[in-house]
Amino acid sequence: MAVDTKKCVGCSDCVVACQTENNVPIGYCRDWVVEVTNGTYPQLELEHRSERCNHCDNSPCVRCCPTGASHYEAGGIVTVTHNECIGCGACITSCPYDARYTHPEGYVDKCTFCLHRVEKGQQPACVSVCPTKCMYFGDLDDPNSDVSKVVKRRKYKTLIPEAGTKPQLFFLI
Amino acid sequence: MREELIVSGRMNPHIDPHLAIWEWQIPAYLFLGGLAAGILFFAGFYTLRDKQDEYPTAVKLAPIFTPLLLGLGLFFLFLDLKHKLFFWRLYTTIRLESPMSWGAWTLMFITPLSAIWAALHINTLFPRWDWKFDVVKDIVSWFASYKKHMAWIMVILSLILGIYTGILLSAFNARPLWNTSILGPLFLTSGLSTGAAGIILLSKSAKERHHFARIDLGLIAVELFLIVHMFMGFKASTQVQIDAANMFLGGEFTAPFWGLVVGLGLTLPAVLEVLELRKRKVHYAIAPALVLFGGLLFRFILAHAGQMSRWLY
Repeated sequence: MAVDTKKCVGCSDCVVACQTENNVPIGYCRDWVVEVTNGTYPQLELEHRSERCNHCDNSPCVRCCPTGASHYEAGGIVTVTHNECIGCGACITSCPYDARYTHPEGYVDKCTFCLHRVEKGQQPACVSVCPTKCMYFGDLDDPNSDVSKVVKRRKYKTLIPEAGTKPQLFFLI
Repeated sequence: MREELIVSGRMNPHIDPHLAIWEWQIPAYLFLGGLAAGILFFAGFYTLRDKQDEYPTAVKLAPIFTPLLLGLGLFFLFLDLKHKLFFWRLYTTIRLESPMSWGAWTLMFITPLSAIWAALHINTLFPRWDWKFDVVKDIVSWFASYKKHMAWIMVILSLILGIYTGILLSAFNARPLWNTSILGPLFLTSGLSTGAAGIILLSKSAKERHHFARIDLGLIAVELFLIVHMFMGFKASTQVQIDAANMFLGGEFTAPFWGLVVGLGLTLPAVLEVLELRKRKVHYAIAPALVLFGGLLFRFILAHAGQMSRWLY
């Protein structure tokens, strides 16, 4: 997924859409908006980022899971099999982005890139509701997907690449 | 100036404002696991060297308590799980990449082994103990004939158990304070030291106590060296690890760590042990009690501070 920081206005629509679509328990969220202010007044620069699980290519959460509940789906989406998860918290601790949490029912929960929608050919909920259309989703192995095209064309950054997780969420700058 | 804020109001329980997913259960288990590993190591080691009669507490008496320590530790681990009914999933797979997985398997083997060892020596604690059934007696005497083999397995498994508690934490690259390979040896040394302290507390022979006080002194010296070495490494590392070290060098953990763990839990008992070995009058229980206290607090502080150290924001 790619998020255009030049288009994102920080409205948090993606957060609400995710909570509604995925029945996220009250008080929790799978995605969030970060506002970065750079400089001193009056020379200020503002950046908005809609953040979520980075679905890393080298996921520490998958590596450290003792039961194999955290795993890669075909296509690289990282998900948790609820009835294999023991709720030990190893994956939560291993994530440098703090993208996971324990669901009140006990298992660990996180962004799934709305796998249930993607399988039907739809966009993830956050992407589909974005009023500025700042998010691009698709298969990076497919050169014709929205995300492949925009990542080829634009400059982008990833979050803390030095953590070595190979994050797959690209922020267009 | 640069300021990063989450403006959509993320406040996931136990994640924000900083990670606090592991509470008292994990450090309490790390302590019990380390203590049991230390005791079992000495029991196995001195059995292999045929010193059962010279160090009876280490070989016979102290290990009787290890199944209880490990059982309590396992119970704490179970309490920590949030999806408790699925705990058996740990034992339907072996994942070598996950320290927690092979740690769980090590516990699966060392806990029954410690119980068998305790059964072999139960008469040390209860001289009139009787197994009542012949079947049980046969099984116990069958195991007794393989004592040396068991001692070998116990030495190896206890070292794995002792070092795994540190490796478990050091494998988390997301928590800069834990992400150092020193943590494995440090937890192992601390576990052996608390094990020696436990043996000193239980021992009734001055000769045995002095022997283990000497061992403990060496272990404390190694531990202090590893702690200093760890912080030197942090200070020479990346910004996230410099920040992690600064929590202990001027930050909020400075006083409890250097005062209570390093001062009261390592240096003071070392001094007391030296005094005792030089035949000064010091009550023998003070130093090992302080070592146990220091070991427990060390794990609580490290577990808590590690979760506060981070990469982001």
